[in-house]
Amino acid sequence: MLPQQLLNALTLGSVYALFALGFTLMFGVLGVINLSHGAVFMVGSYAALFFVNHFHLPLWLALLSAMAISGCLGLLIDVLILKPLRARNAPHLIPMIATIGVAITLSSAAQGIFGAEIMRFPEGTIPTGEFTFGDVHVRAIEIGIVAISLAVMAILFTALRRTQVGRALRAIAESPKSAALLGINVEGLFRATAFIAGALGGAAGVLIGLDFNAITPLMGQPILHKGIAVIILGGMGDIRGSLIAGLFLGFAEVMSKAYLSSQMGDAVAFGMLFLILLVRPSGLFGRVLERKA
Amino acid sequence: MSVLLNVEDLAVTYGHIEAVKGISFQLQAGEITALVGANGAGKSTTLLALSGLLRAVRGRILFEDEDITRLAPHEIVRRGVVQVAEGRAILATLSVGENLALGAYSRRDRAGIATSLEEVFHLFPRLQQRISQLAGNLSGGEQQMLAIGRALMAKPRLLLLDEPSMGLAPLLVQDIFRTLVTINESGLTVLLVEQNVRQALRIARQGYVIETGRVVLADSGANLLHDPRVAEAYLGG
Repeated sequence: MLPQQLLNALTLGSVYALFALGFTLMFGVLGVINLSHGAVFMVGSYAALFFVNHFHLPLWLALLSAMAISGCLGLLIDVLILKPLRARNAPHLIPMIATIGVAITLSSAAQGIFGAEIMRFPEGTIPTGEFTFGDVHVRAIEIGIVAISLAVMAILFTALRRTQVGRALRAIAESPKSAALLGINVEGLFRATAFIAGALGGAAGVLIGLDFNAITPLMGQPILHKGIAVIILGGMGDIRGSLIAGLFLGFAEVMSKAYLSSQMGDAVAFGMLFLILLVRPSGLFGRVLERKA
Repeated sequence: MSVLLNVEDLAVTYGHIEAVKGISFQLQAGEITALVGANGAGKSTTLLALSGLLRAVRGRILFEDEDITRLAPHEIVRRGVVQVAEGRAILATLSVGENLALGAYSRRDRAGIATSLEEVFHLFPRLQQRISQLAGNLSGGEQQMLAIGRALMAKPRLLLLDEPSMGLAPLLVQDIFRTLVTINESGLTVLLVEQNVRQALRIARQGYVIETGRVVLADSGANLLHDPRVAEAYLGG
């Protein structure tokens, strides 16, 4: 029983981490708490379903296409909404509120286009293979989800540490002004970040859609709350922190559902989060960083 | 001697407040030029406008006869105008080596970058010893060395320095100014903004005194240093 639950927790937790990664990138680099990230996640899910249903794309290609769509959506949100607010030096609550508007617009649009009922991938899309180790059953799709999430995170983490663009992004996170004086095209990297964050959110949407095989217009709401929890727990803007906090939240949720109460899983998970933040208000890895002008 | 940078009637505002009210000055290629004046005179604002971080509401900035007034900051760096910002604007959360690597962000010539790095280490051996430390853990003097070294990594044609002596002990200030002279002797044009008027005018070929957003005096550094008006206002009589 326990190993089986651990596996479920790893699957869920790695998708939470993947979702939170885009969220934390947006906060770290653009300084924006992007509350449309859940809606972008939902759009990713629908996009993959659409590509499978209408173009009969294989799953991996549908995933990549959905990432491209949600990346473009993230980019569009930056260009149309966040950039004009930046140009006017809007206080940081304003872009956050604006992204709530984006989220509502996108989920209403999804309801209008696809209807409110749960949609599923057609029979045969999701690999049904299963492996058995002792009494633990591992679905092939779970292995895929964990592998894809961890691989994407490893690539991003390495890129941020080892490449010049990665260093530039970290420079912007510390001080956009200093970054600009170094010859870094700050606006260009803002756009690139918005695209990557959107693509990561979309990827998480596809993977959750596959894991539960259920896609709804409002699926972005609960994960948005979890994403916020993860980036606060991990220390705002800290990539390694969101990986560990994402896995932690997955474990807390799965374990409390399995062993305490199936109804109260989220309540227990968020209660634990609250207790941790009482002890460590800046999160697990949080260095409270004052951002310079 | 040729004019490298020509600033014509530059005006910059914060909201409705005009911080720089139409100043004009020229930098001769290969020289150190000083912009001196009291706190709030508009010196830093001028430098930020030169780097494109603040928009000019009037006037023009010509670098080698090209109008760079409306260029984005990264485009200006690409043309070789590089600024060491006020207050040792190093990236505290990155290592010394990463700071230096980012200095060369606009360059692609690997061999040239490696040469620049050697030159910076020759100038500031201390940076080489601390290459893997976080820049935020360096002392004030070391951070200023890093800020200057990082700017040199861009292989600038014009180096803008905003108050490099700020907050440093007198001996370190001497060191930094000596280094600036060395850098200048290698052929680099320098624009130095300073409240430390005496030190700045000592090493500057040409100087401009700025008060409340206007140039009030312009002369050679040596003449300004002995000008009674400068002595009275800035050098304690």
